[in-house]
Amino acid sequence: MAKDVTLDRVSVTFGDYTAVDDAHLTIRGGEFFSFLGPSGCGKTTLLRCISGFQEPSWGEVRIGNQNMKGIGPNKRPTALIFQNLALFPLMTVAENIAFPLEVRGVDKKARRKRADELLEMIALPDQGDKKISALSGGQKQRVAIARALAVEPDILLLDEPLSALDLKLRQHMRRELRAIQQQVGLTFIYITHDQGEALTMSDRVAVMSRGRIEQVADPKTIYDNPATGFVASFVGENNALKGVVLEKKSGQLLVDTGLGAPSIATPGGAKGENLKVGDPCHVFVRPECISIDMDTTENNYPARITQEEFEGQVRHLVVESGNQSLRVTQMGYGAEGAHLGDSVKLSFSPGKAIALPVGELASA
Amino acid sequence: MTGITRFFNEFTERNGMPVAIYLLIAVSIWMLLLVALPQLTMLDFSFRQNLPPPQIGGPNDVYTLEQYRYFAMGNEISGSSFNALDISVLFKTLIAAALVTILDLIICYPVAYLLAQSSDAGAKRLLILALIIPYWVNEILRAFAFRILFGATGVINGFGMQLGLWDQPIDFIGQNIALYAGLAYAYILLMIFPLYNAIESLDKNQIEAARDMGASWVQVHRHVVIPYAKPGLASGATMVFMLTAGALAAPQILGGPSSLWFTQIIYQWFNNGGNWPRGSAYAVILLIVCISLVLMIMRLFKVSIGEIGR
Repeated sequence: MAKDVTLDRVSVTFGDYTAVDDAHLTIRGGEFFSFLGPSGCGKTTLLRCISGFQEPSWGEVRIGNQNMKGIGPNKRPTALIFQNLALFPLMTVAENIAFPLEVRGVDKKARRKRADELLEMIALPDQGDKKISALSGGQKQRVAIARALAVEPDILLLDEPLSALDLKLRQHMRRELRAIQQQVGLTFIYITHDQGEALTMSDRVAVMSRGRIEQVADPKTIYDNPATGFVASFVGENNALKGVVLEKKSGQLLVDTGLGAPSIATPGGAKGENLKVGDPCHVFVRPECISIDMDTTENNYPARITQEEFEGQVRHLVVESGNQSLRVTQMGYGAEGAHLGDSVKLSFSPGKAIALPVGELASA
Repeated sequence: MTGITRFFNEFTERNGMPVAIYLLIAVSIWMLLLVALPQLTMLDFSFRQNLPPPQIGGPNDVYTLEQYRYFAMGNEISGSSFNALDISVLFKTLIAAALVTILDLIICYPVAYLLAQSSDAGAKRLLILALIIPYWVNEILRAFAFRILFGATGVINGFGMQLGLWDQPIDFIGQNIALYAGLAYAYILLMIFPLYNAIESLDKNQIEAARDMGASWVQVHRHVVIPYAKPGLASGATMVFMLTAGALAAPQILGGPSSLWFTQIIYQWFNNGGNWPRGSAYAVILLIVCISLVLMIMRLFKVSIGEIGR
């Protein structure tokens, strides 16, 4: 039975440095949950708190309602897959997979049987006697997963396990990981700085920055309704238009964004709702949400194309309007459309313009 | 052989001919003049008779197995067919050397592990310095210091009796405890550094992975660290064993009145006995016995010579 993992106001400090600042959330049993953030945001430290390699400085970690304080990593119902996999090079594939059983005193025959079962599951049958060094990157990946699953943990923790693979294999392994998770029904906690991984695989994502959890939500909400400026700028491409709130009415904001005329924007989450007239703010508009030369009445501005970049199925433009410069992504080559140097009209729907208080943005 | 040729060609290409020639000459001098030649001379000596100087090179100077026969059978005149004294001293020396090696392993493994896995570079440097600096004190001085430490009126007996742990001074010297302690201490670095080198390159994640998968600390060491450190373990253990078996100063100074180290017998033949051929034969015997023993044990633990070089 998959167990919940609760982080109850967990903080971790190293001297003056706060690695994790008041993390408070519950990961539901059976969920594929990702911690997403740039390197140094504290996601690995949180993972180490859950696996038992790090004791929280404050707060507690509970797994299935049991407080984990003082319980060592070898006694927790978690299994960790390391970034470099940490397979044992001096053991064979089967010995690696059976290692958790060996240290629990399971006899050799039963060990081998379980290893063969798992090899079957990861589609590497009859490879048990190979050396680890004889495997490809993707195969090693699968062996690491099999080893972690050997003693049927309640929670599988994955620390950027795909980052060492090349793009094609990474995309393949994403699907495979998701499939394995659904097959075994365990709680997967996944650490990554790669938003593509987090968004494609996860049921829910926690975006972290500087030790703080910025937002916990499903991938679609994270993308469409970011709760903070950091989330808006870190996840996916985004234009951040700095402005001042001019007016508040019927759930929308009128913001001077320097585009020549005021823009109508939607407040982003609770933080956006708290914006008052006169407050400085950021309005986030995604490049793919900006239209060129569309006849709309709202948020429509004269602009000029100053850069054009062709990238196969999409085209990247930079357009200047007022004192702002925005990135625009268009599908297709747009032969009939506007090109570099043309004067155009840019527009975006108020629903796709998210207003949030001025705060830290992700550095590009 | 092809490996050596390839190495030499590559080396020449990278560093130029003069450096390569220098290396070749230096290594040759070292190997031939300092290693091979003296050993061969000793070997030659060991098959000769102990003749007075005028007869050397004369008609009586022929090769003989007399010196080796003496080691095995003893004095012809005594009528004994078995040189019990010398053989038993050799065995005792080997067993003592093995004990000292094991003692060093037990002492050094935890130190090397902590040193290798510590992430505090400053503390690491300090600890390594603390290990090295005591070795600036020369061997003789160190041996005498141990004698004072373990003597009947020494510091240890003084403390022990003061604290009431025992009321008669313990004869550490007579019991050879001082000797084992002195020898173990003398070669500690030769055990720590190969172990340290081997363990240092072990990925910390391997240890954490083993922990995470439920291994106790003992199991982590048994299944992950020790197999990985085996080459270092082997090279440390062989060095300590060889040097302990071949030590002379420490047994001379710290050995009890009844204890005799095999090297002391060799020394006596060369020095007091004035019988160089016999001394040479004994030295050759010690060398061959030690090498065979080490090779046997390495085979037992499945370590190849190549691994030791890593």
